[in-house]
Amino acid sequence: MNPSELRYAKTHEWVRADGGECVIGLTRFAVDQLTDVTYIQLPAVGKKVKAGDGLGEIESVKAVSDIYAPVTGEVVAVNTELSRDPGLVSRDPYGAGWLVRLRVEGAVESGHLMDARAYEAQVSETPH
Amino acid sequence: MAGPQPTIGYTNTMDESQNRAPVRPLQTPLHAWHVAHKGRMVDFAGFSMPVQYTSIISEHIAVRKSAGFFDVSHMGRLLIRGEAAMEWLDRIVTCRLSDLAVGQVRYGLVCNEQGGVIDDVLVTRWPDAWGLVVNASNHEAVVAWMMAHSVANATMEDVTSSTVMLALQGPDWWRIAQCFLPASIRLLSYYRAAVVCKDGSEWRVSRTGYTGEDGIEIVAPAAVGEILASELLQGGATACGLGARDTLRLEAGMPLYGHELDTQTNPFSAGLGRSVDLSKAFCGSTALGELRDDTHGAIRVGLVLDGRRAARQGDQVLDGDGIQMGCVTSGTFSPTLERPIAMAYIRRELAVPGQVVSLLVRDAHVPGQVTGLPFYKRQTR
Repeated sequence: MNPSELRYAKTHEWVRADGGECVIGLTRFAVDQLTDVTYIQLPAVGKKVKAGDGLGEIESVKAVSDIYAPVTGEVVAVNTELSRDPGLVSRDPYGAGWLVRLRVEGAVESGHLMDARAYEAQVSETPH
Repeated sequence: MAGPQPTIGYTNTMDESQNRAPVRPLQTPLHAWHVAHKGRMVDFAGFSMPVQYTSIISEHIAVRKSAGFFDVSHMGRLLIRGEAAMEWLDRIVTCRLSDLAVGQVRYGLVCNEQGGVIDDVLVTRWPDAWGLVVNASNHEAVVAWMMAHSVANATMEDVTSSTVMLALQGPDWWRIAQCFLPASIRLLSYYRAAVVCKDGSEWRVSRTGYTGEDGIEIVAPAAVGEILASELLQGGATACGLGARDTLRLEAGMPLYGHELDTQTNPFSAGLGRSVDLSKAFCGSTALGELRDDTHGAIRVGLVLDGRRAARQGDQVLDGDGIQMGCVTSGTFSPTLERPIAMAYIRRELAVPGQVVSLLVRDAHVPGQVTGLPFYKRQTR
């Protein structure tokens, strides 16, 4: 269910490498755990983030969760559609529900990221 | 039921089918049913309870538009009997009891001698006993407080673990309840209650709830819990978890212990003065007599926020100059109003509907305004 061409962070973000840029989103597991997404706070274009830094917040009826940057880079685009329709992230987490696009200096540091199989193994150990 | 009752004291009636040591967190008789119906279980007030089955918003909307049901068996259920039963309860709760008719329910508070709230409760005058429903988180505290103020010739039976309690709420409640309850239940007025004989056992049914919708709460023997839940589901009611219960009660402007109420708040600042009868003597009545006329201190209000970001318990309420004027006690995104709502305690001079305030929500200033409670009032049909 998790696309095999993506890389995954322990904190449930996915990364799609696209030339010198990366698209970041949240996994199906993460949005299913949240359900009822009501608000997504994303960084401004131009913000520089380091892997592991806070990238934004996602809020459900019940709680607020942090979103972390899975790689280091500069924000070049954010999905503005999410401010109008935050539920898009739940309906299409790997497509129209993407969060931000980062420009990456040099090669993407992805050694700390997992492939789909390793991510699914992590998720299956999470009590839910 | 137990045999001869002592003239004073506390008995805890256990469900004989559950002849084993209590599991922690505690489980209601519906625990296996919740798990089988994909309830997402969380720890709440010492119990493992479903926070949701599908989604909080869809469960919330089901209750507003049709009907939903909740397992509220975690709440404490006490029956007080004996000649002095009313005298005992009258010392404990703030509301008047002497004019309560058989089959009538009343909301009240249990206060300490300083007037701080130990719990908020429902008292029912049943034909055979006085009933008290208390919050799960305060169950032990209320029992201990009652035993510390006990009287001769009255006993208290704790039927929490021998029964289940289900709340069926929403405009279509009767369409579902008519399959298993007599027509007399439909005729009960709001805050009235009746005992129903079903299959040789007693069910206690009251026209009460915690959602702002019409509906009933049913106390039945623990053994019938799963059958009843399945009957409600097959009748078309949506299974709802604690998440929807919280958003529904918040829209209805109802306080929740641990948020709007605690031992540091008193009934007057909470806006619950009409549940305090100062013409009788009870625990806390002296202190409350003075607190009634207190014009200082914060009071409970509703807030609506701009945007989509919800304030949460503990967030600061600021005035136009950025000075802190109060604190949020509950907040969520309202599924009915489709905007963030909150309850807060704020200084009286700002507690005026329409007053513009600013909320400090995780380092961001969010504009909002004071509003009256409730946020949502159902259309009476």
